[in-house]
Amino acid sequence: MNVQRRSILKGAGAASAVTVAVAAGLLKPGTVFAAGWNQAAFGSKDLAGALAGVGGTGAASSAQITVKAPDIAENGAVVPVEVISAIPGTESIAIIGEKNGFPLIANFALSNGAAGYISTRIKLGTTTNVRAIVKAGGKVYTAVKEVKVTIGGCGG
Amino acid sequence: MAGMKIRAAMAGDVAEIKCLMNHVMETGLRKDAKTGQLVPAHHITNVTATVGGKVVLEAQWGGGISKNPYLAFKVKGAKAGDKVVINTLDNKGEKDSAEASIG
Repeated sequence: MNVQRRSILKGAGAASAVTVAVAAGLLKPGTVFAAGWNQAAFGSKDLAGALAGVGGTGAASSAQITVKAPDIAENGAVVPVEVISAIPGTESIAIIGEKNGFPLIANFALSNGAAGYISTRIKLGTTTNVRAIVKAGGKVYTAVKEVKVTIGGCGG
Repeated sequence: MAGMKIRAAMAGDVAEIKCLMNHVMETGLRKDAKTGQLVPAHHITNVTATVGGKVVLEAQWGGGISKNPYLAFKVKGAKAGDKVVINTLDNKGEKDSAEASIG
């Protein structure tokens, strides 16, 4: 517990160092999100907002998308997820944990030969659908997989 | 947050690239068990991967990716020896980078 507390205090120290650097003009605030981060989508606390943020509202269900995840996750903090899209011209894959505090987990833009395939590990706060949103050829497709979570990974 | 590791290998005509990162990935929703205070968000927001100098993957992440993130993806048309570079940026502006050759 003490070790954790130390690291949290250290983390807080680092945060204020950044604040000081910003104040001193050493870091331009804009550079923090220079590569672009969809604040509205990731900051949304409801599914509708997350879907809208990635342009996934009204996406058509597709059997060409596979969401691979365990039926039951004993530890919601680390849930392996694979999304495989066999839709030709897959341009992006977004992963959403529908009942998470912040439902949008990640959005991957694929280019220059990157296949419709993403494998990663996500947090799930409770039993929920893991939803993939795939964009291809200007259209939006979706697929889901339910994961039962015995110990949540978001509340701590 | 240094210490990212990349493994890249050809499987047929597709390169499979696997990456392990070091990051706390705090969502900003978790409470410290002792103080009851919310632990501030601290997570990777952007991941960019290039193969042979071309961008193949640009990701945006929230705090819902697990601590010490794992990411794997596949690239068609890549060949053994191509250089893979992965860059990350977090919500505090901290950057990390690693590179490897496709084996």
